[in-house]
Amino acid sequence: MNLKTESNKGIVVVFVREERLDANNSEELKSELNHLFETGTKDVIVDLKEVRFIDSSGLGVLVSGFKNASTRQGTIKLSGLQTQVKSMFELTRLHRVFDIYATVDDALENR
Amino acid sequence: MKKKIALEITIPNQTRYLGLIGKIGENMAREFDVTVCDREILASQLNIVLTESIVNAIKHANATDPNKEVHVRINVNDREISIRVYDTGSGFDLSSIPSPCFDPGSLNEKGRGIYIIRSMMDSVEYRRTNGGNVLEMKKMLGNG
Repeated sequence: MNLKTESNKGIVVVFVREERLDANNSEELKSELNHLFETGTKDVIVDLKEVRFIDSSGLGVLVSGFKNASTRQGTIKLSGLQTQVKSMFELTRLHRVFDIYATVDDALENR
Repeated sequence: MKKKIALEITIPNQTRYLGLIGKIGENMAREFDVTVCDREILASQLNIVLTESIVNAIKHANATDPNKEVHVRINVNDREISIRVYDTGSGFDLSSIPSPCFDPGSLNEKGRGIYIIRSMMDSVEYRRTNGGNVLEMKKMLGNG
């Protein structure tokens, strides 16, 4: 899976550089998020700007990250959701769970 | 002119082919006159439904056994699309799968796949067939 991780003002931004986030590749994002939280990162932004398609496995990995962050008093925010991805969050009501921003910059400004 | 397409696909019991099958579903949706919903929405729904149902067959019914196969049969006409996903596993009870919990305080990582399929298709059935099981999903496309 093509992931790029950057640190910005103490917040780690994970760019998911894939067209699909599904059962075939989402475990790699889960490992990356687990690694970040286990090594002391508190606040993470996952940027999905390049993701055109997400399935229940991809959503599940983000829920896992949310729970992981919550238990460590950290945060996980999402940015750059395309229309189809956004509609999957709405269908599963997860748009009420996550803080979702249009861009990484918007997410960084709302610390 | 009436259109009718029947497609049969067999893939190894591996998730790496999900993107390929999803794209086939999207492209099929764009070939048909759809009156019940937006064609692009239908295209994305078929991508999702095929992905979810194949993952279900791979992971749950076929228990991630790499030696097994998943068979997919897609039939489309002017009235409806029917997708059948066959597995050769011991199967599961569709009626026993609950809707996911929407309470942010008790979120579960798993359990959204069948809910997503049910939300996007008009009918969903899972039954035993010769040598395995089939998940059959149908959606109306128009009045034909």
